[in-house]
Amino acid sequence: MLTKRIIPCLDIKDGRTVKGTNFVDLRDAGDPVELGKLYAEQGADELVFLDITATVEKRKTLSELVKRISHQINIPFTVGGGISSVEDVSVLLQQGADKISVNTAAYKRPELLGELEKEFGSQCIVLAIDTRKEDDGEWYVYLNGGRTKTETRCIDWAIKAVSLGAGEILLTSMNHDGTKQGFALDITRQLSDKLSVPIIASGGGGAMKHFLEVFGQGHADAALAASIFHFKEIQIPDLKHYLAENGIEVRR
Amino acid sequence: MDLKILKYNAGNIQSVLYALERIGVDAIVTDDHDEIRSADKVIFPGVGEASSAMRYLEERNLDSLLKDLRQPVLGICLGMQLMCKSSEENNTECMGIFEEEVKLFRPEISRIKVPQIGWNNIFDLHTPLFDSVPEKSYCYFVHSYYASLGSHTIATTEYVLPYSAALHRDNFYGVQFHPEKSAAVGEQILRNFIEKI
Repeated sequence: MLTKRIIPCLDIKDGRTVKGTNFVDLRDAGDPVELGKLYAEQGADELVFLDITATVEKRKTLSELVKRISHQINIPFTVGGGISSVEDVSVLLQQGADKISVNTAAYKRPELLGELEKEFGSQCIVLAIDTRKEDDGEWYVYLNGGRTKTETRCIDWAIKAVSLGAGEILLTSMNHDGTKQGFALDITRQLSDKLSVPIIASGGGGAMKHFLEVFGQGHADAALAASIFHFKEIQIPDLKHYLAENGIEVRR
Repeated sequence: MDLKILKYNAGNIQSVLYALERIGVDAIVTDDHDEIRSADKVIFPGVGEASSAMRYLEERNLDSLLKDLRQPVLGICLGMQLMCKSSEENNTECMGIFEEEVKLFRPEISRIKVPQIGWNNIFDLHTPLFDSVPEKSYCYFVHSYYASLGSHTIATTEYVLPYSAALHRDNFYGVQFHPEKSAAVGEQILRNFIEKI
């Protein structure tokens, strides 16, 4: 049976992990490759590397990092952060990335999804959506790392993006991100039931039961988290053991 | 060991090269007929679309080159599918090394996603390709089309229905999953192809 996936996310700036980590056993916890390798050994199913570097050297450092990752890590990984063209993607895939994620650039120019699909296939295109539930009860799309609100409903953008070529949706609830109070079950389930592509739920995972909920009630195909893994609040082997005990198919 | 990876218009070739490096095996990526023909073993990787890949191979006579090889050949993902008889992906005639046909997943329940993306287990494992690989090991799959079960099936997976996770005929092997991305299990399978086949 196809398993549910557990995906640690690493934020990168200038080739280094941004958020502090709690890994005393790593020689260099700021090295994304070392941290990623450790997660792979612990049973992570995939990794996401999100580059938040804003400098002009970004492209070069990122492509060098991707090359190092693909030399050393034996599970699939996605790279995201400021990707806006076929050329950006081509470089990263050539260096060994399995998938890339696009967000604001795809919203501003939806044809990008079709161009990427035609060139590389939808299997390597992850559409990241940052969404917030407003007072009217609807979930809206936000851009630029959550700073810019749009009037587009999350579900409408997701449906359009999949029809254009997105192969997976990485859905982050801004209402839940950082709260450790659990994932956004309603919008995750709505997207998962409506769309033919896998949904990666992100934002709010703080306890093992939250993962059980998002796979069970939320119908998520994968769940992504960052700090709870970095600070060892949840260890991946323990999480997988817990999920398996509760009837969720996981790779162990 | 003279190991060659066939270069063509499909993705993921680099990932296979890096995975081999991780297990200490050097390989050369090439589409040169003589270099492929003289290799000890050949890997035929691929992520992409069947008809355009097949057309690309035919235009360069790489399809007949592959079919005539007598040394061990390992097809991966699209590579394996192109070694089958035909593919429903844009109704493509393939190489016919394996008699199995490649079909599109058609789930009756809408909650089953196509493509299948992620880790699934493989079972009924045969041939030394799976030496030291436990039954029900998990491998990483990304695909919308599958090869049916048949006389050449040497590993089975279930998604929508049971299908061929791996095929074997004479010197030809094919795997639907990505050993280059399947953690320790994948590395064992690549090592087996290098050392045991």
